Amino acid sequence: MKHTLSPQRYLILLAVMLSAAVGDTMLSHGMRQVGPVSLAHLGLLLVAMRDPWVIGGIVCLLGFFASYLTALSWADLTFVLPATAFGYVVVLLLSKFWLHEPGASSVHRWAGVVLIVCGVGFVANGPSQTQHEPMDPMEEPVRALTDETK
Amino acid sequence: MMVTGHGTTSVLETWVTITLVAVTAVAGDVLTAGAMRRIGDLDAIRARSGMGGAIKAVVSSPMFLGGVLMMAVSFFSLLFTVSNVEVSLAAPASASLTFLGNAFAAKIFLKENVDHRRWLAAVFVCAGVFLLSR
Repeated sequence: MKHTLSPQRYLILLAVMLSAAVGDTMLSHGMRQVGPVSLAHLGLLLVAMRDPWVIGGIVCLLGFFASYLTALSWADLTFVLPATAFGYVVVLLLSKFWLHEPGASSVHRWAGVVLIVCGVGFVANGPSQTQHEPMDPMEEPVRALTDETK
Repeated sequence: MMVTGHGTTSVLETWVTITLVAVTAVAGDVLTAGAMRRIGDLDAIRARSGMGGAIKAVVSSPMFLGGVLMMAVSFFSLLFTVSNVEVSLAAPASASLTFLGNAFAAKIFLKENVDHRRWLAAVFVCAGVFLLSR
């Protein structure tokens, strides 16, 4: 396995962690302003699409998917996934200090945060990608170009 | 039988639907990760062909599209599950199973070197997600 993460790539991982969490929290904040949506009033979803918080949340989630795919192009799935899980910790912090949700103070949840931080710590100090043999000769030019940029 | 969100569902039915959510989520993650590995470093492609070239490389991959399809199936399976099972059980159980399933699938299908550090990470994250949702 190799461990060649540049500062720019750490920034991509940071974007993976933050964008999903911030996006989910913005969606939650926006949907509270819109009000509860029921099957009988599905039209409210269209109203929600005009709420600035919901729009911001969707933009953040699109940013998450783009940074997630970018990370998967140079790191293993088992390296990137714990990083995405760290987003749960960010959601808990945001729901406690921004949305002031009462459940965010429970001991169970903070114990969960500690376990996830430990899990992320295990992989963060390890190699990011397994070395594989090229799948076919046509992949060599791309791989050579990739190595040059590292 | 167990009491769930909208009635009674057998324990078997509950865990079959939760497992379906996890299996389709794992399939989506593995197909997407496999596609991104085949496509190569997106930073390099973007430097060579611009943002449009990078987007085209991703969306023209059948494996990527298969991954997105499985993610969609997983999402709708989750919707079906939470309509029959309490979300406080369905969400953490499916997320935790997905983390563990991804570690196994990455080792088997993507040939990733899942060493003891990554196994520990998967188990810790899995337990952490479960606790977060209580």
